Amino acid sequence: MAGKVYQDATSALEGVVFDGMTLMHGGFGLSGNPENLVAALKENGVKNLTVISNNCGADGVGLWVLLNNNQIRKMISSYVGENKLFESLYLSGKLELELNPQGTLAERIRAGGAGIPAFYTKTGVGTVVAEGKPTEVFDGETYVRETWLKADLAVVKAWKGDHEGNLIYRKTARNFNPNMATAAKVTIAEVEELVPNGTLDPDQIHTPGIFVNRILQGKDYAKRIEFRTVRPRGDKESV
Amino acid sequence: MAWTREEMAARAAKELKDGYYVNLGIGIPTLVANYIPKGMKVTLQSENGMLGIGPFPYEGEEDPDLINAGKQTITAIPTSSFFSSADSFAMIRGGHIDMAVLGAMEVSEQGDIANWTIPGKMVKGMGGAMDLVAGVKRVIAVMEHANKAGKSKILKSCTLPLTGSRCIDMVITDLCVFDVDRKNGGLRLIELAPGVTLDDVKAKTEANFVAA
Repeated sequence: MAGKVYQDATSALEGVVFDGMTLMHGGFGLSGNPENLVAALKENGVKNLTVISNNCGADGVGLWVLLNNNQIRKMISSYVGENKLFESLYLSGKLELELNPQGTLAERIRAGGAGIPAFYTKTGVGTVVAEGKPTEVFDGETYVRETWLKADLAVVKAWKGDHEGNLIYRKTARNFNPNMATAAKVTIAEVEELVPNGTLDPDQIHTPGIFVNRILQGKDYAKRIEFRTVRPRGDKESV
Repeated sequence: MAWTREEMAARAAKELKDGYYVNLGIGIPTLVANYIPKGMKVTLQSENGMLGIGPFPYEGEEDPDLINAGKQTITAIPTSSFFSSADSFAMIRGGHIDMAVLGAMEVSEQGDIANWTIPGKMVKGMGGAMDLVAGVKRVIAVMEHANKAGKSKILKSCTLPLTGSRCIDMVITDLCVFDVDRKNGGLRLIELAPGVTLDDVKAKTEANFVAA
């Protein structure tokens, strides 16, 4: 049986990347981003991507590099601030954008992975988000129908993973990663530490290996902080 | 004397109750955390996947894997938990969060709120704001009463695209506090900032309201 472990991000992308594909990209802001796989996608040069990702990087980093390399045709996101390139491409009509409320985005991805074609939510009722979508009243409240999201490829980032593809995330770097891992035809996970099978406690696994097709150990993580906020030593109170 | 940003945050903190799970938006709402009364247990939620937000880290202890929804570095506390985005919004949409404090660009007398876009000018996105106003039990908007030109942001109906309709319970501005009847619509003035008169509020409010 072919193993799931690949030497690096470039080899992990072999045979699963094509122009016009839909890509899910894990992370919230620059936290929990599959940095190695994004670099390899840039190197690969794949074009006309529809990218499903909460954000689109920040000036100079993350998904921004694919945007800057004219590889993205359309973004499905909830928040694309802190990204001047995005704004100028969008306002000049060179980039399509579908904004989703963040929870609706997460649930559409979850539904895609769980085999649920549609669901109803109160989020967005009475706003542009609900325009053109069917609504229904449940228990006296109006809900709008949202549909699943699926992708050809999901690139996710975890903290630790084993050869079976079992994944453990770290702190708020988890975010969209476990949901996206379930919702694509092929999921590639990059991890900071690839460990031998039997090392991870089965009770602590966040993403079971069935959702992961390929796994690689990443390297040289930049993990850039967008807004560094600190408190002075000796100050216990302020948040 | 209108309220400062800090004073508006302190006023919003008076709405907290012991045991509350609370989501604070970016800007003035974030400052509310500094005014949680001593001895009161309030657990802060961050929609990127964390419950139990601690203070900012000491310099040199910042962790890029530990940020809030505003992408600021934060810390965990002994009772914190982390979870996925889908779980986070199940918490929000499912009505498990007691209170949210959000910034606003406009609020209407019906309890509508607009805080995510200015068409043709600002392309950022709604993030989690639409989910929060739709799912959280009690929603408080904290905002400037009028813009720099003196034009009211408390309106009969919002001019900007909505974040949610009939979803706000209270509006705290630099001038006053309104209770909002989100079922039947209508604003009730319940408090004035020190030195602010009813006439000041009337002059700067386009919406109809009743004075308590």
